[in-house]
Amino acid sequence: MSPVIELSGVTKSYPGGVTAVRSVDLTVEYGELVAIVGPSGSGKSTMLHLIGTLDRPTHGTVRIDGHNVATLSDRQLSALRARRIGFVFQQFHLAPGRDAITNVADGLLYAGVPKKEREWRAEAALVRVGLGDRLTHRPHELSGGERQRVAIARAVAGDPAVLLADEPTGNLDSVSGAGVVELLRELHASGTTIMVITHDHEIADGLPRQVPMRDGRVIGDVPQAV
Amino acid sequence: MSLKPSRLHPADLLRLGGYGLRARPLRAVLSALGIAIGIAAMIAVVGISSSSRADLDRQLAALGTNMLTVAPGQTMFGDNATLPDESVAMIRRIGPVTSATATGAVNETAVYRTDRIPAGETSGLAVLAAEQALLDTIGGSMADGTWLNAATGDYPAVVLGSTAARRLGNPPTVWMDGRWWTVVGVLEPVPLAPEIDQSVLVGWDAAGTYLDFDGHPTTVYTRSIDAQVEAVRAVLAQTANPEDPSEVKVSKPSDALAARRATSDAFTALLLGLGAVALLVGGIGVANTMVISVLERRAEIGLRRSLGATRGQVRTQFVAESLLLSLLGGAVGVFIGYVVTGFYAMTQTWPTVVPPWALIGGVGATVMIGAAAGLYPAIRAARLAPTEALAT
Repeated sequence: MSPVIELSGVTKSYPGGVTAVRSVDLTVEYGELVAIVGPSGSGKSTMLHLIGTLDRPTHGTVRIDGHNVATLSDRQLSALRARRIGFVFQQFHLAPGRDAITNVADGLLYAGVPKKEREWRAEAALVRVGLGDRLTHRPHELSGGERQRVAIARAVAGDPAVLLADEPTGNLDSVSGAGVVELLRELHASGTTIMVITHDHEIADGLPRQVPMRDGRVIGDVPQAV
Repeated sequence: MSLKPSRLHPADLLRLGGYGLRARPLRAVLSALGIAIGIAAMIAVVGISSSSRADLDRQLAALGTNMLTVAPGQTMFGDNATLPDESVAMIRRIGPVTSATATGAVNETAVYRTDRIPAGETSGLAVLAAEQALLDTIGGSMADGTWLNAATGDYPAVVLGSTAARRLGNPPTVWMDGRWWTVVGVLEPVPLAPEIDQSVLVGWDAAGTYLDFDGHPTTVYTRSIDAQVEAVRAVLAQTANPEDPSEVKVSKPSDALAARRATSDAFTALLLGLGAVALLVGGIGVANTMVISVLERRAEIGLRRSLGATRGQVRTQFVAESLLLSLLGGAVGVFIGYVVTGFYAMTQTWPTVVPPWALIGGVGATVMIGAAAGLYPAIRAARLAPTEALAT
């Protein structure tokens, strides 16, 4: 079986001569929990965009779930994101005024899931992240940690091949942050492939594999005993 | 695994379109208001003019369109012609003519309220000798008193047209040709023969006896069987004056009445143009709202792209939102326009008529405006790179 994420010789340059990622090779197998860790400016956000198929590399190949990104059209990439990739953002990006179940169900809107099924899958996902008692709460009625859990539920509701979490604890206090990390570990334990992008070594240290980055390069890739 | 994007269910698309509107309801209402005012103005203009036309049709149906009038024209030398004395009797003999009645102008006779009025202040009223059947033929009715009958028609008695009565001040008697005449009745306005309104009517025989009346008919009013009106019209001139048919003027007052109302169409077109300008301004308001909405919702666009929305789906969402916004305005506008028409028609005692094409056109116009106003912002939203959208 091919790896879920396979980057080989990937470089991303922006107009104006800025090179955010330089000839990166990275392979992530199904079922892994990986942290890409590095200070701001290290190119980790660009990595997220490339792996999330939100952007294309300047050089090199990116294969996600067996698909070579370079050969796919914009529409096909959208379909790939809709069905195989889940995103969690630092700012949660929940729709204000919509209850948790609607927010999670909307994550399945573009995957062609019928409304009824979206709703029960949303409910199941919310139960899975421990928000079974917050189904009809709207974002402003939830704590920061709970909001991030709703966002995680939205990302996993479609059962993606990989969950990409961009600084998932960045807007949270340490207790809520630890809770979110614990949730990610639980999801990983039950089989979800997860990649966390963070600048926080404390979080990365608690994860099975770390990919440290600096100045656009991977500077060592260490599986570690946790 | 095939990577074909899924289509959005129409119900989901509708919900997506309403999403932005529900997030900012006040802004949605205000920008829909512009469209509503434009549509309301256009519906009201069209509705009021149609209602007025419907009222005219109703009025014409009540008055009848089977009346033709015959009057002397001019001779080939430009002098005023006269109708032969026998013309009325000859017209009556035309088969389909059901009635024919004459009035004859009594020249150089003026009417005064009293004998104290200076001779120059004639009020501009005509004195007409009238046959007794006139009232039925012109479809007139009495506002007050009675019509001339066999008795009063022989004596110095007059019936006043509605305008004449008002100008003279509803007198019990009038002073005419050195004699007091008793006012026996006042007519209601006669729409098909408005010249009667400004006349003082005296009996045919009395005109001959007391006034200097030559006995020539000056206008012959006829009614015919409806289906034969045009046939009668074709032969009226020859019948009235077989010697010089070209000296006879035949006219159909119901056509003249309809033509007069038709001139107000130009005014309607002008108002319709103003409504269209209001609609255009409303459309620009919607476009403006949509542009701002796209700028403000970059993060949402980025999120939707990361959730797997295609460019097309983002574009469709914003076009749907714009369509919904203008349709909302259009629906309110149609309602307001209908209410305004109904209210105005009620004050004029007209029937309320808003033609279906105006309603369909109004809604169609809002759909077009919504699509046009939403297209550019939607294209901008769709072009936004997901990474750029998420960066905000």
